[in-house]
Amino acid sequence: MRYQPVIGLEVHVQLKTDSKIFCGCSTAFGSEPNSQTCPVCLGLPGALPVLNKKVVDFAIKAGLSTNCSITPRSIFARKNYFYPDLPKGYQISQFEDPICQHGWLDIQVEGQEVKRIGITRIHMEEDAGKLVHGDVSGLEEGSGVDLNRACTPLLEVVSEPDLRSSDEAVAYLKQLHQIVTWLGICDGNMEEGSFRCDANVSVMPLGSDTLGTRAEIKNVNSFRFVKQAIEYEIQRQIELIEDGGRVVQETRLFDPNSGKTRSMRGKEEAHDYRYFPDPDLVPLVIDQAWIERTRGELPELPEQRRQRFMNDFALPAYDAEVLTASRGLADYFESCVALHANAKAISNWLMGEITRALNDNSLSIEACPLVPSRLVDLIKLIEGGTISGKIAKTVFDEMWRSGKEPAVIVQEQGLLQVSDTGAIEAIIDEILTREAGQVAEYRSGKDKLFGFFVGQVMKASKGKANPGVVNELLLSKLKG
Amino acid sequence: MDIVDQSIHELHQTLKSREVSSVEATKALLARIENLEPQIGSFITVTPEQALADAAAADKRIAAGQMDLLTGIPVALKDIFLTEGIRTTCGSRILSNFVPPYSATAWDKLKERGMVLLGKLNQDEFAMGSSNESSAFGMARNPWDTSCIPGGSSGGSATAIAARQATVTLGTDTGGSIRQPASHCGCVGLKPTYGRVSRYGVIAYASSLDQVGPLTRDVTDSAIMLGALAGHDPKDSTSVNIPVPDYTAALTGNIAGLRIGLPKEYFIAGLDPDVQHSMDAAIATLRGLGAEFVDISLPNTDYAVATYYLIATAEASSNLARYDGVRFGHRAEASEGLLEMYTKSRSQGFGAEVKRRIMLGTYALSSGYYDAYYVKAQKVRTLIMQDFIRAFEGVDVILTPVAPTPAFKIGEKVADPLQMYLSDIFTIPVNLAGTCALSVPAGFSASGLPIGLQLIGKPFGEETILRAAHAFEQATEWHTRKAVI
Repeated sequence: MRYQPVIGLEVHVQLKTDSKIFCGCSTAFGSEPNSQTCPVCLGLPGALPVLNKKVVDFAIKAGLSTNCSITPRSIFARKNYFYPDLPKGYQISQFEDPICQHGWLDIQVEGQEVKRIGITRIHMEEDAGKLVHGDVSGLEEGSGVDLNRACTPLLEVVSEPDLRSSDEAVAYLKQLHQIVTWLGICDGNMEEGSFRCDANVSVMPLGSDTLGTRAEIKNVNSFRFVKQAIEYEIQRQIELIEDGGRVVQETRLFDPNSGKTRSMRGKEEAHDYRYFPDPDLVPLVIDQAWIERTRGELPELPEQRRQRFMNDFALPAYDAEVLTASRGLADYFESCVALHANAKAISNWLMGEITRALNDNSLSIEACPLVPSRLVDLIKLIEGGTISGKIAKTVFDEMWRSGKEPAVIVQEQGLLQVSDTGAIEAIIDEILTREAGQVAEYRSGKDKLFGFFVGQVMKASKGKANPGVVNELLLSKLKG
Repeated sequence: MDIVDQSIHELHQTLKSREVSSVEATKALLARIENLEPQIGSFITVTPEQALADAAAADKRIAAGQMDLLTGIPVALKDIFLTEGIRTTCGSRILSNFVPPYSATAWDKLKERGMVLLGKLNQDEFAMGSSNESSAFGMARNPWDTSCIPGGSSGGSATAIAARQATVTLGTDTGGSIRQPASHCGCVGLKPTYGRVSRYGVIAYASSLDQVGPLTRDVTDSAIMLGALAGHDPKDSTSVNIPVPDYTAALTGNIAGLRIGLPKEYFIAGLDPDVQHSMDAAIATLRGLGAEFVDISLPNTDYAVATYYLIATAEASSNLARYDGVRFGHRAEASEGLLEMYTKSRSQGFGAEVKRRIMLGTYALSSGYYDAYYVKAQKVRTLIMQDFIRAFEGVDVILTPVAPTPAFKIGEKVADPLQMYLSDIFTIPVNLAGTCALSVPAGFSASGLPIGLQLIGKPFGEETILRAAHAFEQATEWHTRKAVI
């Protein structure tokens, strides 16, 4: 029998606010344990939460960018369970009436049709702290509790079970990741847990419309692991059914080392969270004016920008896609285009050398040492025939290293392109004399050797010879 | 007049005339505390050093001419208010070692005004009780008859006033916890409208019902204290941002034409005859002052106690989850693993009544029962609110007894929680409706126990009930009587 996987994702997006969701403590990562705490996030007796309005702004932005409707009167609820990293014994979240509902994203897996994935809801909640095991200063044994992260704002984005493969899941996740980072509401750092995902996976016989029993997979914190975990889980469930077994509803943990999922707790051990409206927080009323004000602050979204790049700059779809992968890259591109109209050349450099250099140095485009005007100057030198494309790469590397202007580098290192036919002729003559055997072979029909001669000439000129001139002269001379 | 008998406004005049200093007044009350504590047990923690330091500072302010109405006035707080650096137990073993790092907004406001802190007052554990018998530190006793309960949960707040151990005290009221002990001990107790006073730094029992209020010698003091406590607090989202009137200006003595409703559901057969008699006499007095009486109905009154014990316990089961032994409070010794640490710490730390309510509330919120209990209770709560809204279309104030009986004997209802719960039958609906009410002394039983009258106002209608209570107080002498100890 063939099977149809059904996948829904719950994504936790950590919001990039300066302060926590219900108190004024800093959200900065990596400080001394428990240094960023107060009575509210420590859950001390008598402390009360006060909602950070910025979190609401961010949630509205996320909702508007994922085609959700914004709930005019949404409420916070308590999710009750005991754990040492949860100071109050409950997490303030949203249950009934979350802030955003009924949205969607259009995704596309390479080589497939565009597909619309439903978003059930987006709600706001606070994060828990974390436990520190072993090597806790001042502690002989046992575990420590660090509550710096407690009360950090999160959005939970819940998709409909509309995804049908691990590739679709990854495409959806990448798109959502792009949107929240693009909006500037999340730093998108998956390793630090700023963007993390739980996957609900089930399988049903192909053609069936009855969903199978699902397992929830926790702790998948990279795109690769999401793909791996889902594929493993689909396979596990199919094998289980084929062997006459039954999938049980449970929570499973993904182990990145083995690439497998293992059972964490079954349905019987599932928590009864006893959700109820939090009496410490009044209902959140969002009027149309608030929504429109926030809509006005939204940046142009990746999809719109991609279309505009294709229309306004005549870029190929591929280029537009790559350049809108992040808001920073798209901004950089636009800064360059504003200085110089050759959009395709700029695109080539951005997708090529700049991306390579950024990757080599583990830098983001925001930290690029080259300002857009430098890149444009370099491109202008090529177009003006001052240097060859090949030499330009040398100049680029030097520019990256020293920050000098490209014209200065060309001057200092004597990299001016040689277009003087006399000088080039002399080099060609010398090479044709030296390589008499090859010349004979070429003339007897081995056309492929032409590249060899070009290479030799460029080498002898240290790359400075104008390749157009070299080609022209070589052709005529080899004809003999 | 003995300094310990003086009200806030009387002591203010005494201090202002330099007849006595704040330090002297404080010493007199501390002496009273020391002498009477073995019999009464009003306090969980007395803070004489803090008090004398506060008083000395107040005397300096007075000498410098920077005196306001509350400067140098000694106050004691129910042990539910967080006081920075001073142990705050909430009447529970689980917080017997808890010294908070911050103070409640209510206390901050009074401290700012130069009030003197005498100590922390006895209460039912986590404010759960109507008799003070659930305190983990031994109960407070009724100064009018020490074989009787003082009422609860703010029992110590009422006994400290009645026994002249403090000039004024603060309590909290979730289902009657200010009004019922005030009634049983013969003082004035005010529960403001929900949202009128900040709850920040007040240990939560049932967050949607809890409200802070004063227990005082007379109505004028009550008005003064409400003025000091009321107002929006940015740290409490449920505190309401509306102007705070001058409540003492409302005490005109004139209630001619005031329409007072008498809800038939509160004057039931089985009401204690002494209570009934006091109510009848009070109605006659108020009528003599020009008030008009209207028979009204609050038809959902019967469901109030059941509704309260679902909503309050549901919220409490969640509010009390933070007492887990992880970050503060009692942690059981020698636990094997996390679960055992939780269960042992909480089993040892909480008393029977608290455990009972946590279990009730947990049950009411559990999946499968939530709709039948919690959601239904919320719906009934809405009906009860609507009862009051409708009633207030025709009347300005509602008059009822505070409690069906005067203070009962210690131990009388311990074995029967339901009987105990019913002693709050007349006060609970006010908390569910979120409106304001007060208890003012209105008579004594044949055996000499005080009986209180409840005046219920519209939401944020404190001025009207204070005005009515003040006029009544002017026409009677019940509030001037002293417990003989």
